[in-house]
Amino acid sequence: MKAPGADFWSGLALGGLGAYIVFEASRWEYLGPDGPGPGFFPLWYGIAMVALSLALMIFTFKENESVDWTGARRALGAWAAMAVSVAALKLLGFLICFAALTFFIVAVMYRRPPAVAAITAVASAAAFYMVFPLALGVKLP
Amino acid sequence: MEILSGLMQGFAVALQPMNLLWCLLGVVLGTVVGVMPGLGPPATIAMLLPLTFLMNPSSAIIMLAGIYYGAKYGGSTTAILLNVPGESASVATCIDGYQMARKGRAGPALGIAAIASFIAGTFGVLGLMLVAPPLAKMALAFSSPEYFALMSLGLAMVVLLAGRSMIKALLATLVGLWIAGIGIDPFSTTARFTFGSRELLSGLDFVIVAIGVFAIGEVLANMEGREAVKALPVPKGLRNLLPTMQDMKDSRFAFANGSIIGFLIGVLPGAGSTIASFISYGVEKAVSRRPEEFGKGAVEGVAAPEAANNSETGGALVPMLTLAIPGSSTTAILLAALVLWGFKPGPLFIPENPAMFWGLVASMYVGNLMLLVLNLPLVPLFAQVLRAPAYVLYPAILGISVVGVYSTSGSHFDVWLLAGFGLMGYLMRKLDYPAAPLILGLVLGGALERALRQSLMMSEGSLSILVTRPISAVMLSLAVLILLIPLFNKFNHWRLRALEK
Repeated sequence: MKAPGADFWSGLALGGLGAYIVFEASRWEYLGPDGPGPGFFPLWYGIAMVALSLALMIFTFKENESVDWTGARRALGAWAAMAVSVAALKLLGFLICFAALTFFIVAVMYRRPPAVAAITAVASAAAFYMVFPLALGVKLP
Repeated sequence: MEILSGLMQGFAVALQPMNLLWCLLGVVLGTVVGVMPGLGPPATIAMLLPLTFLMNPSSAIIMLAGIYYGAKYGGSTTAILLNVPGESASVATCIDGYQMARKGRAGPALGIAAIASFIAGTFGVLGLMLVAPPLAKMALAFSSPEYFALMSLGLAMVVLLAGRSMIKALLATLVGLWIAGIGIDPFSTTARFTFGSRELLSGLDFVIVAIGVFAIGEVLANMEGREAVKALPVPKGLRNLLPTMQDMKDSRFAFANGSIIGFLIGVLPGAGSTIASFISYGVEKAVSRRPEEFGKGAVEGVAAPEAANNSETGGALVPMLTLAIPGSSTTAILLAALVLWGFKPGPLFIPENPAMFWGLVASMYVGNLMLLVLNLPLVPLFAQVLRAPAYVLYPAILGISVVGVYSTSGSHFDVWLLAGFGLMGYLMRKLDYPAAPLILGLVLGGALERALRQSLMMSEGSLSILVTRPISAVMLSLAVLILLIPLFNKFNHWRLRALEK
């Protein structure tokens, strides 16, 4: 028997979200003397979400439609690098974090020589500094 | 007479030196974005949205609209030279445009694309100018039930045409509604879905979700590959870019067909410029005296889709400005921009903000002219954008996104949310969940809930108010019919075939 595919798992995740919405909405007023309460609308779209997720899971349980995950490692690596730089923002400031992220993308992901990566990182950070705080007066994180 | 005086007022706004400059910046940026495969107008407009808070709103909408229609011009360059659509609206242009380029006629193909874009873009603005004011007057008669029905119909249309799976499109819409509902409920002041977080009490900023899903998601998806693209050469000199008299003669019906079809499709929510360009291409091929030439480099095969996707812009702005119903991701972001600047798009938008509406209309005439003048002689320069290394571009987009989000709130929490929505945007692409319904659900979510709750207050809790008023009953019936289409095999096959094409 084939293992369920990506659609099944995404349906399961969305079904979980739908169940959470229904649970939360059921705690709020549904219909009051002034009309529908805060739980009215979320309850209905939560139920719809659960029903549609179930339909997606049932229809795709055996299909196992292939999702091309080649390249996903690169994309997720880039995202992880971005997340690390966001985490370091408070500590190191935007310019250093951005330069480091650029260096990583150029040197590691695009396999350019370290010198090219360093020049790109420094030049990009300098360009950001000139455009945002200096020219536009926008505060950097 | 009213239209003429409005237009005069509009030109007085659009021809101010600063607004001309913003218009020029918008159309140039739009062309560059259109040329670059992988970075679309929704991502660009979302990224720049925070920076527009420093601008005069009239100038800001002129610039953002310039990006929107400028990208349509630019998309044809990549389609013709690379056989890769710079943006989705140019897919149909690839078919004959690339074949023309392979036969050494890249110049005339680019030239006819620019001319078709100019003619149809101007037609679209003319349509916007003539149709929007009367439609807005008509919509003044709408009350909450009609608005609820109209928004439901708009969402149903988007779901119908957003992707192969309507279930996934519907789920994306519901996620958009949920995100829109995060924060304090304006009717009862109940905190909803805030996970106990103080930062979420005021709700999620639209800009964070739009930049995350479109800009970051798109960059991550593009980073999957490392290979560079190779473009066919662009002939040098303006003379080599001009189409022949025979080309113009062969394309004259394509200009008209694309202009009309593009505008009409644009007014319908959800259909969008990609569908407009394919329908126009199909009609042109069906009525052509030489259909066998299509796919082998027929000049009409470039003119028709290019005309349609540019005329569609004017059409798409009609429901957005007059009914506050966006039909696509880009118009959804433009609608959100208007709301963020403090305006209220809808039937009263034109009477309350005549200078802004007519200024936008006039700037689109000016912008289309700028694009024609820029695109013919400067195509070789724009084509150079294709040589920009991805490893410089992508970190820059990530950086602009972070700065843009931080500049609106000054909150690190929002930057974290941005990273989260970026990952979500990437996963949505991988798992084939369309982004347009999510963004539309997010933009319309608050208004949809408000309209429903107000309707039920009017009827003292009875849902029958939605089906006993004729306009709302017709629109809701249409919405239900649209959502039932997958149950009718014949229609569903037609829908899937249209989407696959």
